[in-house]
Amino acid sequence: MSATSSTTAQAIERVFREEYGRLIASLVRRFGDIDIAEEAAGEALVAALEKWPQQYPDSGVPPNPGAWLTTTAGNRAIDRLRREKLRDDKHRQAVDMYDDTPHESLGVFESNEDDRLRLMFTCCHPALAPEARIALTLRLLGGLTVEEIAQAFLVPETTMGQRITRAKKKIAAAKIPYRVPAPEDLPARVATVLAVLFLVFNEGYLASGDGEPVRSELTGEAIRLARILHGLMPGEPEVTGLLALLLLTEARREARVRHGELVRLDDQDRGGWDRALITEGHALVRECLAINRPGRYQLLAAINAVHTDAPTAETTDWSQVVALYDQLLTVDPSPIVALNRAVAIAELDGPEVALAQVDRLVETAPVLSSYHALHATRADLLRRLGRSTDAREAYDAALAVCDNTAERAYLTRRRGELV
Amino acid sequence: MTHYLLSVHGPAEMEEFGGYPSREAMEQSFADTGRFNDQLKADGYWVFAGGLQSATTATLVDGQGETPVVTDGPYLETKEYIAGFWVIDAPDLDVALKLAAEGSKACRGVVEVRPFDGLA
Repeated sequence: MSATSSTTAQAIERVFREEYGRLIASLVRRFGDIDIAEEAAGEALVAALEKWPQQYPDSGVPPNPGAWLTTTAGNRAIDRLRREKLRDDKHRQAVDMYDDTPHESLGVFESNEDDRLRLMFTCCHPALAPEARIALTLRLLGGLTVEEIAQAFLVPETTMGQRITRAKKKIAAAKIPYRVPAPEDLPARVATVLAVLFLVFNEGYLASGDGEPVRSELTGEAIRLARILHGLMPGEPEVTGLLALLLLTEARREARVRHGELVRLDDQDRGGWDRALITEGHALVRECLAINRPGRYQLLAAINAVHTDAPTAETTDWSQVVALYDQLLTVDPSPIVALNRAVAIAELDGPEVALAQVDRLVETAPVLSSYHALHATRADLLRRLGRSTDAREAYDAALAVCDNTAERAYLTRRRGELV
Repeated sequence: MTHYLLSVHGPAEMEEFGGYPSREAMEQSFADTGRFNDQLKADGYWVFAGGLQSATTATLVDGQGETPVVTDGPYLETKEYIAGFWVIDAPDLDVALKLAAEGSKACRGVVEVRPFDGLA
């Protein structure tokens, strides 16, 4: 393959990935079957790789690639159904629906957007196991391959393949619906979708295992899907809040790791933060404030807005941060939120007050002792109080349960610097 | 429409009030379950439902050999067994889950929802 044609193939695959969620979603609506949709989409890609370079020699991509792929995939699915002469009623109905949508309109009509929203709710249905929700969302809406998802979550490809197959089988057999939930169920169901996107982002932002400390393909994908969801549900403040949170966190990504070592927020080079993402995130946070229906993600976003608003670590408005954590505790009274609040308290009232709170917290929530951030926080507070022996023990405890290479490097250095 | 089995599990041996803390609680639950059943019928979801005797009354039969072998049951030795079930006909899992939640509240137990592969 020549350099030009391999670049063209890459461009086609990029467009395909970009269009994948939309394509699958519309095929699932039309044929009522995820497997048929995936297979037809795959065939459409093969056809695109073959025909686009000939038909569109200049750009290698047709003017409306989404419509091309949707039409081609639709025809392939019809062909397959005819070929197999499936007698199943559902499939016959699907074939009968052939040509109900003129292909010129595909990709621009609103119903197409609704398709993706429906598919998100199907993929993130509470009846599916949480890890299956993540895998299905990345596969069907993100267009990631099974191999890519397996690598991202450090499981063998066969395991990930089985997980996805089993989930798709459950969707079909148990008839998990393909629709936007009823208004009374919407808040709970939206929360499930947001949790999936947040988990994908976090696995990218603080990646586990021995590989790269940050997996930008996962943070990027989570943001892309959050943007789509925000576009589909602009009036849901928690959706806006999640997008803002992801953007404001992503904005600091480049400054967060230096020479393979984690850089804490107060040590980060703020000039290295992505101002465009911060501006966008701040605007979204203001949007949330105007709606005035606070929730978990909105409050987390607001906390990140305070941090990214400060030109230096010293000028951070810590009382505002603590006030937001107090509000967050009322909607999400988890020990992890309380731990993060204590970190802010250290800045406001000093490390001694914070340490007392952290230690009280462990007594009431022993589950925290397996959480690396608890030990890392204690270690830092003890170090600041000059209690080196205790700090060393805490660094050891943090290192024993920490699974991110950059954070391990940071903790190891800090431990070594104790006197 | 899809048929779903909504099953409720309970202990192997029933106590005096069938696993409920008191006679009043038992009677209240029976009344709630009866109302739930009536509603299933009125809404057209009802296919069949019933409560089972305790698992210790079960008998196993293996008829695969020349002469059937009969032994004391149940089949699996676990702490909890199916105590009762509904078979419903619902348009999709969301509807089945909603009905299961109502049934669970009425009978005071966790309900397992499982689709049928088919009905004879």
